[in-house]
Amino acid sequence: MFKYLKQLTSLVAMVAVLFTFTTETMAAKKSKTLKNTQKKGFVRCGVSQGLPGFSNADAAGNWTGIDVDVCRAVAAAVLGDANKVKFTPLSAKERFTALTSGEIDILSRNTTWTLSRDADIGLTFVGVNFYDGQGFMVRKSSGITSTSQFKDGISACTNIGTTTELNMRDFFNSKGIKYEPVAFEKADEVVAAYDAGRCDTYTTDKSGLAAQRTKMSNPDEHIVLPETVSKEPLGPVVRQGDSVWEDIVRWSLNTMIEAEEYGITSANADMMKTSDNPAIKRLVGAEGELGAAFGLDNDWSLRIIKQVGNYGESYKRNIADTGILPDRGPNELWTKGGILYVPPAR
Amino acid sequence: MNLKLKDIVPQLITVTAVVLVFGFFTYNAQINMENRGIDFGYGFLSQESSFDVQFSLIEYDGSHSYFRAYLVGLLNTILVSVIGIIIATILGVIVGVARLSPNYLINKFAAFYVEFFRNIPLLLQIFFWYFAALRALPLPQDAEAIFGVFFLTIKGLYVPAFIWQNFSVFFYSIVAAIIAIIVIRTHAKRVQENQGKQIPVFLISIGLIFILPLLTFFIGGVGISFEVPVLKQLATTSFIYEGGVSLPPELIALTLSLSLYTATFIAECVRAGIQGVGKGQKEAAASIGLTPNQVLKLVIMPQALRIIIPPTTNQYLNLTKNSSLAAAIAYPDLVLVFAGTALMQTGKAIEIVSITMFTYLTLSISISLLMNWYNKKIAIQEK
Repeated sequence: MFKYLKQLTSLVAMVAVLFTFTTETMAAKKSKTLKNTQKKGFVRCGVSQGLPGFSNADAAGNWTGIDVDVCRAVAAAVLGDANKVKFTPLSAKERFTALTSGEIDILSRNTTWTLSRDADIGLTFVGVNFYDGQGFMVRKSSGITSTSQFKDGISACTNIGTTTELNMRDFFNSKGIKYEPVAFEKADEVVAAYDAGRCDTYTTDKSGLAAQRTKMSNPDEHIVLPETVSKEPLGPVVRQGDSVWEDIVRWSLNTMIEAEEYGITSANADMMKTSDNPAIKRLVGAEGELGAAFGLDNDWSLRIIKQVGNYGESYKRNIADTGILPDRGPNELWTKGGILYVPPAR
Repeated sequence: MNLKLKDIVPQLITVTAVVLVFGFFTYNAQINMENRGIDFGYGFLSQESSFDVQFSLIEYDGSHSYFRAYLVGLLNTILVSVIGIIIATILGVIVGVARLSPNYLINKFAAFYVEFFRNIPLLLQIFFWYFAALRALPLPQDAEAIFGVFFLTIKGLYVPAFIWQNFSVFFYSIVAAIIAIIVIRTHAKRVQENQGKQIPVFLISIGLIFILPLLTFFIGGVGISFEVPVLKQLATTSFIYEGGVSLPPELIALTLSLSLYTATFIAECVRAGIQGVGKGQKEAAASIGLTPNQVLKLVIMPQALRIIIPPTTNQYLNLTKNSSLAAAIAYPDLVLVFAGTALMQTGKAIEIVSITMFTYLTLSISISLLMNWYNKKIAIQEK
């Protein structure tokens, strides 16, 4: 009997613990991501496990990259300090589960916006912070200069759990080429295997190829082929069902892009308060009550621009100056021949 | 009556508690999934998977269903587990016996092997064999032929493929040989029980299984030829072998690391089993005139096996479960294909993880049942 009594006590304790846990989850009602974030004092942001230019940690654990800047912008808007972000590095496989299960509140991890992801699995894409496309990298010595030179039996290294795997199949099927897909869980392992000669080509988003090339034992031995085989609009993602939070993230990103359009930088933001242009005055909080719609003060956008900078500054700092992709290509403003075009903040 | 109630009440409470806990988790998951707009269902299994897999035992490409992708992963897991278990067992028995060898060098070498491989984390060993050993392998164009037909390269091991003529005749000759062996064994047992005479069954069996199939080559019209892998150029410095059979380096690295690791544990089981048989047994057997071979076969091994089998079963289960580390080196096992790519593409985390867990559970229980049956068969049969 004593034996059972012991088991019983532990069971009761277990059930009790579980129910305390429920009351807590039940208390967390709809649209309280913002409330929770303000209570915690930091933004919980999911990033990659290391992709230079997008989200990459240095030896001291400081995260940089244009994906990181989106989270920093949200922290500046919501908490007043761009540094109040807790970054969680995630693999491609883990990222959506981490977001839907509530482990993170923003997923800013070079994630491609597709219909099935947006509609199917409880996610909402808020915008595009980088227009990308899938490409192929090969060894220079192979003499391959175009994907039209690919032949039956080619082996291609890539990551699992990405749109890359699907695009790769579409591409090789449309060309009628038999190929050997070698799919790894982590990007570092893909690079190591390709670098060792396991695969003839390495395929992922072109920005990723440019960034990973810097990690190869000898970057000059590899080239990225000119062809782009897919559309990859990358952008931040939030959980479905919290439209206020969704709007905050969307407009934090839009603010950065629009600030560049109007020439507002981290250096001149304060001076812009006295500008004659009402659109500029609205962006730096000198006119209108835009923040109130999200339950924020009126300086939210000014803080983003002052602490994180506009999109152009972020791109230059993270992607151009690091030598990853000096040419902005489609990621230039619509006024300068690119396709970056955001709705007006008014 | 009192006694009965005392027996039943704790059982009832336990069952209720288990049901409550499970019910709570299901309810909680349902509520949360509904709140987050996630659908639950297994309908996705029949949808087109639209991703390819590097290596599969059944015909598969992206136009097949997710269920087919699941089967591909499952079969790859079973393949690496079966090969791993066979190699680990053979190696484990050899090393286990070697550890008991009176020869100092053999003994110490076996001990060193066991201590070295069982004390390094398996994942590290997999990385070592895949990344470190792989890098040392030559590119296809630089590979030296082994026996003129095998090519071990960074892209895999290429071996010749067999091309048979009249394979069915060859196959039936093996079946006939096996039936003949069974008949002879039963006959030999009866002869020994009735007349005490021994028939060299082992030698006869070996002879039958080799000679009968061999004869079909001369009189049955069976022929065999090899398709040797041939180097093919894809680009200036990019080559591959065509024809024959290719074993991906991921499979080789995984099998190698799993067997080398698990063999150390099996070796210890074997050593424990043999040492667990009393010394008197051996001496008694020798004193009634059995030869050393007979002592081992008829007295030591039957008793040692009883000690060896249960812990070895655990090692088989461990190997099967450890094979899920395949995901780290791109071997398309169940975890990589189904709980990896398929999960990612569909977003059906709860469904896919539950199917995967259930599959591993089924695999492990099957191995357990098989080993328990064998264990029961060799256990002491008290009359």
